[in-house]
Amino acid sequence: MNGRLRFDTWLNGAAAWLLALLWVLPLFYAIWTAIHPAEFEARFVLTAPLTLENFRSAWGAAPFARYFLNTFILVTMILICQFVLCTLAAYAFARFQFPGRSILFSLVLLQLLVMPDILIVENYKTIRALGLVDTIPAIALPYIASGFGIFLLRQTFMTVPRELDEAARIEGASPLGILWRVYVPLAKPTYLAYGLVSVSHHWNNFLWPLIITNSVETRPVTVGLSIFSAIDSGIEWSVINAATLMTSGPLLIAFLLFQRQFVQSFMRAGIK
Amino acid sequence: MQRREWIYGWLLLLPAFALLAMFTHIPAVATFWDSFFSTPRGRREARFIGWENYERLLDDPIFWKVLTNNLWFALGTIPLSMILALAMALWVNKQFFGQGFLRMAYFTPTVLPLIAVANIWLFFYTPGFGLIDQILGLFGFAQTNLLGSPDTALGAVMAVTIWKEAGFFMIFYLAALQSIPPSLLEAAKIEGAGSWTTFRRIVFPLLMPTTLFVSINAVINSFRLVDHLFILTGGGPDNASSLLLFYIYETAFRFWDTAYGATLTVVMLVLLSLLAIGQFFLFDRKVHYQ
Repeated sequence: MNGRLRFDTWLNGAAAWLLALLWVLPLFYAIWTAIHPAEFEARFVLTAPLTLENFRSAWGAAPFARYFLNTFILVTMILICQFVLCTLAAYAFARFQFPGRSILFSLVLLQLLVMPDILIVENYKTIRALGLVDTIPAIALPYIASGFGIFLLRQTFMTVPRELDEAARIEGASPLGILWRVYVPLAKPTYLAYGLVSVSHHWNNFLWPLIITNSVETRPVTVGLSIFSAIDSGIEWSVINAATLMTSGPLLIAFLLFQRQFVQSFMRAGIK
Repeated sequence: MQRREWIYGWLLLLPAFALLAMFTHIPAVATFWDSFFSTPRGRREARFIGWENYERLLDDPIFWKVLTNNLWFALGTIPLSMILALAMALWVNKQFFGQGFLRMAYFTPTVLPLIAVANIWLFFYTPGFGLIDQILGLFGFAQTNLLGSPDTALGAVMAVTIWKEAGFFMIFYLAALQSIPPSLLEAAKIEGAGSWTTFRRIVFPLLMPTTLFVSINAVINSFRLVDHLFILTGGGPDNASSLLLFYIYETAFRFWDTAYGATLTVVMLVLLSLLAIGQFFLFDRKVHYQ
């Protein structure tokens, strides 16, 4: 029995490692081509010379600095607006009684199914009517009132003990004061979790930015990367791979540094 | 006093709901409305044409093609990535040698933009030159063109999707596994249950709510994620790998036929709702809520 059990564990371990190796292989390969000269694209020699030349030529071949700035502005804008709007709405749902509460809440949850990603045709019309086509706020607007964010924060706010709320009220704090001094500090882990999910989601978003932007001044890195690698002019693979790694670099590095928090944040965001 | 609470509640909701209505509720309704009109072109304004867009839809071979593609895509990616996700979670949850590495390896693809993922994989698939052909070449196989031939293009796209998604779903299973009380598992061990029986009788049933949650997410994603098509195949060859949302994009933003784009979006909305409702009922009987 014991022997079989050990064999079982061994087999499981081997399978786990095999899958893991298979899973990192594509990424490892991208890194390999990006840090070696082009002639080593498919030749795996340990003595191959290392180089940063690919990154340099990728950086010089397209306005990546501007793309990064755009993405940075976009992600920050979305995050701040989401925090403010979702906090207010979640607070209303968690602690206030008013007519229409449950209908309004199901209208919020509806967005988990009918996402802005799908309503591209109509949202483009709206943005055009507002005269905002090809601006960074246009990329952000459909995502700011996030049903997911409101739901997540509401669940967290509901776990805050009523006594804390009432104590603050007796001391004369206004509803917004209570929100700011009692609820928000207690929900910090949720904000972190939601923040990480939101930043990685919008850093990676592609379709809507592709539709709504058409100039260097507004394009985020994902769209910039797709344009860069779609040029047929025979850019070397190593350069494209360098550009690819560059665009995912900041997120990737952040992930490797804060791996535990990252995984836990996604978990927290998923459970509730 | 109570009135004041009402007003407070509504005021707190106002900013979020203004945007929600503007970019989710009104567009959803407008999609249905616009599907009964023609596309405005130049000076000609949109006019009411009744069911004409829908008749065109039924006669549109590309629509049927992308719809079947999308169903195959969902059938091919969802079960496999969920099974892999569950296996990954079970493995990461056990104390294996190098557990940290395993978790990192499984989860990293999730952090990458789908566009970047497609770029990386495109190189594997390149005929003759790409890694897959290089390896096959060593064994004397002929050149392949996985992305370029209609029989394999969709499968090649599916492989990329599974690689990207499995680690994401793993997280949810991992969270659920860690919330299972250890006493339950110990009790099973004392009773002499083997690891397979424990999994089938105790762990798996307890994971049912997570499975429901993950599968709804997976269904939505299988309709929502088309970014990699732009890089890998462009929907080709001959729409062999095109998906519904990609077709909507092409119709509305390449050919600027917005009314037909709206009609296609209606199909998408109806399908998503039906699938979500269906899944809920299908799983509801088997889900044990605590």
